[in-house]
Amino acid sequence: MINFQYARPNEVADAVRQIAADPRARFIAGGTNLLDLMKSDVEQPSRLIDISRLPLKSVEETPDGGLRIGALVPNTDLAYHPLVESRYPLLASAIMAGASQQLRNMASTGGNLMQRTRCYYFYDIATPCNKREPGSGCSAIEGLNRMHAILGTSESCIAVYPSDMSIALAALEATVRVMGPGGERTMAFADFHRLPGDTPERDNNLEPNEIITAIELPPQGFAKNHSYLKIRDRLSYAFALVSVAAALEMDGEAVKEARLALGGVAHKPWRVEAAEAALAGQPANEASFAKAADIVLSGAKGFEHNAFKIDLARRAIIRTLTQAANGTPQSQSSKKIR
Amino acid sequence: MTMQAIGKPHSRVDGRAKVTGGARYAAEFNQPDQLYAVVVGSTVGLGRILRIDAGAVAQMPGVRAVISHLNAPRLAYQPHKGGTDPANGERLHVLQDDQVRFYGQPVAVIVADSLDHAERAAAALAVSYAGETPVVDPLDAKVQPVAPQAGRAGADRSRGDADAAFAAAPVTVEASFDMARENHTPMEPHATIAAWSGDRLTLWSKSQFVVNEQAEIAAIFGMPAANVQVICPFVGGGFGTSLRTWPHVTLAAIAARQVGRPVKLVLTRRQMFHTTGHRPRTLQRVALGATTDGRLTSLIHEGSGETSRYEQFVEALTSTSGFMYSCPNVRTRYRLLPMDTGTPTFMRGPGEASGMYAVESAIDELSYKLGIDPVELRRRNEPAIDEAEKLPFSSRSLMQCYALGAERFGWASRDPRPRAMRDGRLLIGWGVASASYPCFFSPASARVRLLADGSAEVEAASSDMGPGTYTSMTQVAAETLSLPLDKVRFSLGRSDFPATPSHGGSQTMSSVGSAVRAACLAVQAELAKRAVADRRSQLFGASIDSVEWREGRLSRKGDAAAGPSYSELVTGAGGSPVEAGASAARDAAIAKQYSMHAFGAVFVEVSVDPDLGLVRLRRAVGAYGAGRIVNPKLATSQCIGGMVGGLGMALMERTALDPRDGRPVNAHMGDYLVPVNLDVPHLEAHFVEEQDPHVNPLGVKGLGEVALVGMAPAIANAVFHATGKRVRELPIRIENLLDV
Ligand SMILES: Cc1cc2nc3c(=O)[nH]c(=O)nc-3n(C[C@H](O)[C@H](O)[C@H](O)COP(=O)(O)OP(=O)(O)OC[C@H]3O[C@@H](n4cnc5c(N)ncnc54)[C@H](O)[C@@H]3O)c2cc1C
Ligand code: SF4
Repeated sequence: MINFQYARPNEVADAVRQIAADPRARFIAGGTNLLDLMKSDVEQPSRLIDISRLPLKSVEETPDGGLRIGALVPNTDLAYHPLVESRYPLLASAIMAGASQQLRNMASTGGNLMQRTRCYYFYDIATPCNKREPGSGCSAIEGLNRMHAILGTSESCIAVYPSDMSIALAALEATVRVMGPGGERTMAFADFHRLPGDTPERDNNLEPNEIITAIELPPQGFAKNHSYLKIRDRLSYAFALVSVAAALEMDGEAVKEARLALGGVAHKPWRVEAAEAALAGQPANEASFAKAADIVLSGAKGFEHNAFKIDLARRAIIRTLTQAANGTPQSQSSKKIR
Repeated sequence: MTMQAIGKPHSRVDGRAKVTGGARYAAEFNQPDQLYAVVVGSTVGLGRILRIDAGAVAQMPGVRAVISHLNAPRLAYQPHKGGTDPANGERLHVLQDDQVRFYGQPVAVIVADSLDHAERAAAALAVSYAGETPVVDPLDAKVQPVAPQAGRAGADRSRGDADAAFAAAPVTVEASFDMARENHTPMEPHATIAAWSGDRLTLWSKSQFVVNEQAEIAAIFGMPAANVQVICPFVGGGFGTSLRTWPHVTLAAIAARQVGRPVKLVLTRRQMFHTTGHRPRTLQRVALGATTDGRLTSLIHEGSGETSRYEQFVEALTSTSGFMYSCPNVRTRYRLLPMDTGTPTFMRGPGEASGMYAVESAIDELSYKLGIDPVELRRRNEPAIDEAEKLPFSSRSLMQCYALGAERFGWASRDPRPRAMRDGRLLIGWGVASASYPCFFSPASARVRLLADGSAEVEAASSDMGPGTYTSMTQVAAETLSLPLDKVRFSLGRSDFPATPSHGGSQTMSSVGSAVRAACLAVQAELAKRAVADRRSQLFGASIDSVEWREGRLSRKGDAAAGPSYSELVTGAGGSPVEAGASAARDAAIAKQYSMHAFGAVFVEVSVDPDLGLVRLRRAVGAYGAGRIVNPKLATSQCIGGMVGGLGMALMERTALDPRDGRPVNAHMGDYLVPVNLDVPHLEAHFVEEQDPHVNPLGVKGLGEVALVGMAPAIANAVFHATGKRVRELPIRIENLLDV
């Protein structure tokens, strides 16, 4: 870790001024990702702008009946917030599927969106990595890539975006509010994260001089029929090999509206609207779910160690949609899979 | 009243110190004026160092020394082979030449006035290499298997004609197994604080074998062992990684000498995967022949394990195959696969755990082929004697373990057909496997001091990496001396204490326990001798044979009146402590008469999600025949820990090496997966009554390793029972089970 300066602004505008003034400065919220990256020398910030005191910690209803979540709301508080539990249980469930209790207590909503890939090579500065050092090469493509992406990869990077929370946010069609020197703007969740393309060093479309201030959820929360299923090698404290967020609006035995987002498979939460459209109006059965899964995975491409994830993702999609349709969402406490 | 300290479920005597932070671990012995060292490891997996740009780094803030092969002292590296060092080959000579033998090998050490400065400098040090592609995959065609040095453990053995019997057998099983490399990953990282005072060196260093560390460092530096003191009162988990003295200890000592100040060196988690040993990946083949009624006629067990190019690490991969089953034709073969890697080392159940995974899986396969219950199959092949050594067992309770385990588990209600048991959509599997581990008993010494207040101080070099050595030795001393536990203070972890063997091989209870007992008897004898010779003593003039110790008092035989207590005797003799030491060792004659092993039977239940390939352990019952159980509470805890280790081996643990440079890519606690609480269901450990007068004076067999052995094959067998698919590699992962 290198020496750095430390500042703790009290106002959002001040935080933005400070980040705009120094391209090597970084915001720090819960620090659960940034500190690890600093200890591995992946991040070497000149200055830490501690945003933990900014007034971005509230969860409020919006006039249209949705919810605005401040960027500094801790993951735990959000998961247990009564409005989230009752109206957006998919989001609560996805948060609870992530990390460990201690980490969720520290982790912030904005930080979770911004967390970086867990690619082994990204974390090891002795290896080439285009995301860490553009142009140096990708160690994973021909290396150990079991945890890596099967969708939306590029020749420069096959990393996975590891968040659980964001997969639910993608399915729920959240919007991201950000503040920059020129004022506030909003981004649809689908436009927030990026595919690696030939600029894998950019995880998302937040400008370097912007701060996330809030996430907004539309009124529709799919509280009745939803599920978040995370497949991983151990029951806690492990990132997803594949995860699926499914939300359904049912009409009797048929699907009226569907939302489906995948985690652990791509550089961003993976949502294919054509698959959702294909479910609309269909009977909620395995055949419909399999068809949707095939659409989602149509362009999937495996690498030496992760090709199984294509098959796994297909099975996980079918299971999660079944859980959602039956109104029996995956439990994140017992973790028994039904 | 006898004290009966042995056999009681006492809580850890050091428990309070541990949970309140009072227990001090190696890195916590900070010294005045201490500097900090950070190791720089090679970033190529094979080759030669071309250049080290020390100059620029030496100018960085706080840097006191940049030490590499270019300026390190030439060390003596006198021959030294402790009980935990490979018998064949020569240890890595650190910073003595420009050769890189494996990824992460230390190539430099930076010393600075703070950890921060040392880390900065270590990150900035530019080292260039002429690198080559290392060979790190045992399946690589370039690997040349070699036989372990003849006459040593692990040598090939044969009785009857196993190949002919296999060819002729009406029922056969033949299968190959691949088990991943594992790293020990204890919570506490390796750490050493080195301080020189003239030509004397003190090391506060994480070690399961302080007297060997003393001897090894003395040999490396070419100095008398008496000039080296190693201190390690607590070990925060070892599993074998601290049995040897690895290069970082030498580096700390070199650094401290170079800068003339105490130096602290703590390995990073990543470095814990480079130079501190690992369980070798093994490739095995098992071939079994049997009659149709399930009598084994042939057992062939061939295995190979990775080792480094400079040392032959030999483990007991095939050793249990000679005596687990009654079988006239047995052939074992063991080969080493030298590769461009650091030397592997002992890891809990070394060899037995890997070897029995293969054989116990194959036996399970045979049970299905024969249509015989796997427990019954083992019963039909239970030997009367050790057929390899042609010796009786000192005791063998394997069948009692099966009976007890089966009863506690409810084995009788198992539906033998694969895929027959279900819980909703989940497939349920019940599996079983045997476990065994030898009863080692190596020469050990201890010392006891009786104080005027009637309490006793007991000392032995030893170690306590978690099994509860502090507590169990306190119990042995309390029982032998008839003192309450709180009148005994047991100390360990100093190389100037009486020498003991390595705190590994499940031999601490047997060896150190026997020595503690012997020392307690010796101090009683010493006190009695003084009492009968002391004019002021009421026992003056009595013959030594006419007095005896009863409940901590020296009394005349046949005289119901209680004689003087320890306190009275010590005070009467002037008040200064009375001390005696003693050693214990196995009677060589007995060792030739008996085959001595602990045994166990492990029953597990798993669920497998047939669509998603997810395996969950749902419960496990282990039943062990391990001689006398000194402390049931600690023994249970020890067994549960071993079972958790076996669960990791079965379903999670795997050090992944990048074949391009030999880098362990998952060298991180987030990526090298061990079970977390949620993965660990209800685990039960039971002990069968077993009295074994032959193994050692205490009749104990040791539990540390046998508790891990058997778990992985039981889980693998349960996965087969659940799914009908035999996965012959460990760990079993999701991708292995997507087609069930
Ligand atoms: C061992 C471990 C296991 C984990 N397992 C999981 C898991 O299973 N699932 C999962 O989803 N996550 C997991 N996580 C990741 C965890 O969720 C993230 O680390 C956490 O959400 C980050 O939040 P934070 O507030 O601590 O971010 P920080 O570490 O403070 O910041 C992370 C990044 O976000 C930036 N940032 C923070 N807030 C803002 C803002 N308001 N505007 C702009 N930029 C901002 C920072 O500059 C920094 O670059 C795990 C983490 C660890 C260490
Ligand atoms: S996958 Fe991406 S993050 Fe990983 S090594 Fe390649 S470029 Fe770097």
